[in-house]
Amino acid sequence: MTTYFTKDHEWISVEGDSATVGITDYAQAQLGDVVFVEVPPAGTAVAKGKEAAVVESVKAASDVYAPVSGTVTEANAALEADPALVNTAPEADGWFFKLTLSDPGELEGLMDDTAYKAFVAGL
Amino acid sequence: MSADDHIAEPLPLDAWHRARGARMVPFAGYSMPIQYEGIIAEHAWTREHAGLFDVSHMGQLTLSGDDVDAALETLLPGDIMGLGVDRMRYSLLLDDTGGVIDDLMVTRRADDFYMVVNGATKHGDIAHMRARLPASIALVTMDSYGLLALQGPEAVTALSRLVPGVENLTFMTAGLFGHGEHPLWISRSGYTGEDGFEISLPAHSVDMFATLLCAQPEVKPIGLGARDSLRLEAGLPLYGHDLDTHINPAAADLGFAISKRRRVEGGFPGADAILADLRDGAKTKRVGFAVEGRLPAREGAAILSGDSRVGTITSGGFAPSVGAPIAMGYVESAYAAPGTALEIEVRGKRLAATVTPMPFVPHRYVRKGASV
Repeated sequence: MTTYFTKDHEWISVEGDSATVGITDYAQAQLGDVVFVEVPPAGTAVAKGKEAAVVESVKAASDVYAPVSGTVTEANAALEADPALVNTAPEADGWFFKLTLSDPGELEGLMDDTAYKAFVAGL
Repeated sequence: MSADDHIAEPLPLDAWHRARGARMVPFAGYSMPIQYEGIIAEHAWTREHAGLFDVSHMGQLTLSGDDVDAALETLLPGDIMGLGVDRMRYSLLLDDTGGVIDDLMVTRRADDFYMVVNGATKHGDIAHMRARLPASIALVTMDSYGLLALQGPEAVTALSRLVPGVENLTFMTAGLFGHGEHPLWISRSGYTGEDGFEISLPAHSVDMFATLLCAQPEVKPIGLGARDSLRLEAGLPLYGHDLDTHINPAAADLGFAISKRRRVEGGFPGADAILADLRDGAKTKRVGFAVEGRLPAREGAAILSGDSRVGTITSGGFAPSVGAPIAMGYVESAYAAPGTALEIEVRGKRLAATVTPMPFVPHRYVRKGASV
């Protein structure tokens, strides 16, 4: 399993042609208390760089973009009852959705853990 | 640090906030603390204990001169002439059509009037007042002063420990106090719906006094994020969102700001339009909404009755003390009655919403004569 990161602070964990997507710890800290997450239902086609989910903090709504293109296979139902999972476990139980990749080549432009850490350190 | 941070002017407590881990954001031309540990925790702390807010970005000014009270009545719809010494009033700076240029607090002091206006509008407010007031009225901006707001049920305990006597103030009264050699102009007021105080003090005293306040076990520094969620739960309008020059006080449900004598005598800007709306009812009205579900409705969201758009949300978010989304907005007056079921459209989804009396959380002001 390999994890990649976007400049918009999403993470994607890939195993074969399946992947799990969420937002990073840095992103959740910037957003503050998360009170609602709108995740795409299974069957939704998402496109790399396009809006795929919305995360609402107390203060504002923010878009979450799909790191790669694909078809959603599962939305994280636990977020409905406990949106704060995004704050407490952003890179674990607070995942947003799982998808099947339509073009694994799209992963090439994403950052690995080291590159992302350096990117965040420079913000 | 964003580019905006570089152009933002630092306020007296800038380094103080940063040292305490505040996330700073540009607001009204200044860098302001939006949050420390998180809006929900800070909101809850203020409701249960006491939160210290830095509101030094707001405009503080004094007005003095012969008949300054009568002169102010040409700009504001409140009974300023009847205001006693050390008494304050919420009022509105109105344009000639009755539109709201700003909302403000005005206090009569022994030798002058002290006014607090919004930070984002202060330069325009001052220009407007200066242009309209007679040359004999001195308008002085208190640029070398900071403003702190200590809000919450334990504010009185914490502040009276440092400044004995403040416990004798009641809601909307003020007075000159001090700590050592530091003068403190303190009012029992605020904009959170909680009991509390606003403290105006020289800029060089702000760091010392904020540090002293936060050394009290009841007090934590709180960011502007929680200030916004508290004032929304208190049903208080926010200038630039719930109020602007296209809105008159009758529509904004701020009829209380038009004092009884002024309703009879008129003589304030836009009086004809405002008094007609107060008498006949405004076309639109500011109302509160309880929103079903967990998805917050934000500013700009359409308010619908069936397929008709009947209004727009002007403030909205998740209400930490209510535990649900709430919102404020303007609707056609036919839909303004509490209990009216409407829908709010958020990203193509229609949320069920009910017009709800405000405040959403009861005010806890300490009024004169009330048993505590």
